[in-house]
Amino acid sequence: MGGSTLLKETGPREVFCGLTSIVWLHRRMPDAFFLVVGSRTCAHLIQSAAGVMIFAEPRFGTAILEERDLAGLADAHEELDRVVKNLLKRRPEIRTLFLVGSCPSEVIKIDLSRAAERLNAQFQGQVRVLNYSGSGIETTFTQGEDGALKALVPLLPASKSEQLLLVGTLANPVEDRLKTIFNRLGLQNVESFPPRESTQLPSIGPGTKVLLAQPYLTDTARELKNRGAEILTAPFPLGIEGSKLWIEAAANAFNIDKTLVNATLEPLIIRARKALKPYVEKLSGKKLFLLPESQLEIPLARFLNNECGMELIEVGIPYLNREMMKPELELLPQNTRIVEGQHVEKQLDRVRANHPDLVVCGMGLANPLEAEGISTKWSIEMVFSPIHGIDQASDLAELFARPLHRQNLLSNKTLETV
Amino acid sequence: MELTLWTYEGPPHIGAMRIASSMKGLHYVLHAPQGDTYADLLFTMIERRGTRPPVTYTTFQARDLGGDTAELVKGHITEAVERFRPEALLVGESCTAELIQDQPGSLAKGMGLKIPIISLELPAYSKKENWGAAETFYQLIRGLLKEKAEDSSENTKLSWQEEGRRPRVNLLGPSLLGFRCRDDVLEIQKILGELGIDINVIAPLGASPNDLMRLPKADANVCLYPEIAESTCLWLERSFKTPFTKIVPIGVKATQDFLEELHRILGMEISSSIKKGDQSKLPWYSKSVDSNYLTGKRVFIFGDGTHVIAAARIAKEELGFEVVGMGTYSREMARKVRAEAKDLGLEALITNDYLEVEESIKECAPELVLGTQMERHSAKRLGIPCAVISTPMHVQDVPARYSPQMGWEGANVIFDDWVHPLMMGLEEHLIGMFRHDFEFTDGHQSHLGHLGGHKSTPEESFKETTQISNNQSPSENSINWTTEGESELAKIPFFVRGKVRRNTEKYARQSGCREINGETLLDAKAHFGA
Ligand code: SF4
Ligand code: SF4
Repeated sequence: MGGSTLLKETGPREVFCGLTSIVWLHRRMPDAFFLVVGSRTCAHLIQSAAGVMIFAEPRFGTAILEERDLAGLADAHEELDRVVKNLLKRRPEIRTLFLVGSCPSEVIKIDLSRAAERLNAQFQGQVRVLNYSGSGIETTFTQGEDGALKALVPLLPASKSEQLLLVGTLANPVEDRLKTIFNRLGLQNVESFPPRESTQLPSIGPGTKVLLAQPYLTDTARELKNRGAEILTAPFPLGIEGSKLWIEAAANAFNIDKTLVNATLEPLIIRARKALKPYVEKLSGKKLFLLPESQLEIPLARFLNNECGMELIEVGIPYLNREMMKPELELLPQNTRIVEGQHVEKQLDRVRANHPDLVVCGMGLANPLEAEGISTKWSIEMVFSPIHGIDQASDLAELFARPLHRQNLLSNKTLETV
Repeated sequence: MELTLWTYEGPPHIGAMRIASSMKGLHYVLHAPQGDTYADLLFTMIERRGTRPPVTYTTFQARDLGGDTAELVKGHITEAVERFRPEALLVGESCTAELIQDQPGSLAKGMGLKIPIISLELPAYSKKENWGAAETFYQLIRGLLKEKAEDSSENTKLSWQEEGRRPRVNLLGPSLLGFRCRDDVLEIQKILGELGIDINVIAPLGASPNDLMRLPKADANVCLYPEIAESTCLWLERSFKTPFTKIVPIGVKATQDFLEELHRILGMEISSSIKKGDQSKLPWYSKSVDSNYLTGKRVFIFGDGTHVIAAARIAKEELGFEVVGMGTYSREMARKVRAEAKDLGLEALITNDYLEVEESIKECAPELVLGTQMERHSAKRLGIPCAVISTPMHVQDVPARYSPQMGWEGANVIFDDWVHPLMMGLEEHLIGMFRHDFEFTDGHQSHLGHLGGHKSTPEESFKETTQISNNQSPSENSINWTTEGESELAKIPFFVRGKVRRNTEKYARQSGCREINGETLLDAKAHFGA
């Protein structure tokens, strides 16, 4: 495994829980609704994480547990049925309803899969009810998406035909772009999961080869495999190199002629390198510290080191899936310090001791670090921005160059002295 | 179970965090799962704070649940005390920890730590943020001062006259994530200083546990934000015989009344200049001819109790608005808000459901909404101008400039903040006069429109009104506008066009007419006197 130094840390964490995935999932599938069964804290979390920019008509809500529910004065299942009924009356356009488990609902053991079954029977034809957990005692940030997708897998229609399935939420334009490239390689049958409409599910079966577009889909990948699909091994499509290897993994699996692959990708790569160059100049030699949050940390570190010349001080990740990360770890430089888990105080001590030029972190930590004179980049931006693929490599680099550039503007230094 | 899409208040432990983060030398160990750390961003992003809240989360996980979470709690407490060396420690739990009943407070007390431990019990399934803040503040002060309170020798008060010094008061209630608290405190401090009244302690904002020990030395307590400080003021009154003020100094009249109340409590002569009320520009601006167009503007008010009550009074008595609806999300303040509403001949809306508030706004058809971040969005959807007067707020409600709500300067700020969205009177007049000019278009930008370039300039909101109405009228009401009717409507200045359209449609419906032409429009205008 490359030769990275893998360390484990436990202690107080500063990571969102899996509920946060709702913030992008509800935009991906506008005909779905995410109903958290939880507490006022859970409601407040998604509200705060979502910010208010997407206030218009949120496709998520919370069924807040109250004292009555806990004291057994009300039957939680009856209450949930009532809430769901009201919701569906008000929002008849909902086609898929996700019941999302939270810490409180898990601790008091509300069986949401039973609830989903019951509600499914009740609303047959109108809406499909599924459930998964986004609780903070079980999941972090992006794992919520894994849960939601895993819940959808049993609904995928079976098919034996040869096809490529891209798995993981991508920005729509990026997804279109990637599909175009596969089409150029002669792969016409390319589907994506999650789909843009929750009811337009792709099919799955022994002919399906899966490319994971996001690194946090462990459970979903396992379920897809159980349905007969083959999970292709590749690094993730971040940066030129990662994207190239990712596309080639599919090309190899479908026995596509190497010359065609090269002829298709080479011009893109040349153009991408050119676009990347000015950012490489800014980022090269800069020290980078990644705090754990989105699971994208390892692929990002790989790109920022290998292609942008940044020096990796530490790569923090919420958890390490060795099998899935193997192709990424192999591309990392020797002795990269990878820390799984977190003790946020000790980790911040290390940040201060190492004087990084840039820290990738969660929203709660960014301003305090800026106030200490350390430039930051929000992890959450990576799950919202179109950063995947060869064409996006320079945009991805720009996200990291911008805080440094800004710091320079404000301190009146010229760019050359960065 | 209660279905919510958005909530006005967070859970009660967020209230506790507000107290802890407002103070110095205090640390809060919160028994909570990792996701609950999102709360930090409220402080570092909405308030743009450069420091992390002084909170250590135990971040327990499912796999810890079978084992000894109590040990986990103790470990975190030990570490937090060693690392942060606080003067006092708050220990509490979030909603999930409450269910597993570890009782971190008693655990902490059993650890033999050398600092005061305040154990917080904040029922997460029945209470909310403001209540949590009030309770934390109260428990903290009671915890620190209990012994003094029982030792009655300390409590026989000499007055400031007898001691031959200036009177001194505590300012209680300002906290982080409160609405403009930092600036309010500066303003009140300045006013009181000029009147010869000293400040003893300001809390929680900026105070340390040690400062709180000096609270009983004040001659009076100023209860700036009853949501947070009232229970504490009551206890201090009971325990130390310190009287406290009931009037919140938001608005010119309320500031005058507050100062009179405080002088009376302290046994001071009030200076006649205060009664003149010319320290603020609001009264003159409101009287000036430019403000004529403000007459009888219909306003809808919603927010926390304190700001809503104050806003209703300012709207009616100081700006000549008509309050057409008011309410609050804070149940603890419901009684007071109801009473104020009754005085205005209204029934207060007490609710947690922003959709219900939006419905009510729609029904009242106000020309200005004074509300929270939620109402800003509802108002935008409805095409009505809005000013934010209360939490919950957005980062843009934490301005860099000095902009209090309290005192004389606060009244100035309020005048600007409320009146700008309504558009300048002169401008309205001019646009009305020139509306037939070919140069005039609906998208015309007034100087206000160039100010910030924020997407909700008044003009744009008004434009939305007509658009919204355009989309809705045919389908929803099965009333049709003839082409001639539409072109008559187009001659109406855009900023009232939405209202005229609604009124005309209402009139048409009432009189059973299904088609609206120019005549119907004029009939309706005559009917409503608009
Ligand atoms: S629309 Fe305006 S108020 Fe709403 S979130 Fe965006 S910037 Fe803030
Ligand atoms: S960590 Fe648990 S309790 Fe907290 S917001 Fe997430 S699911 Fe809700």
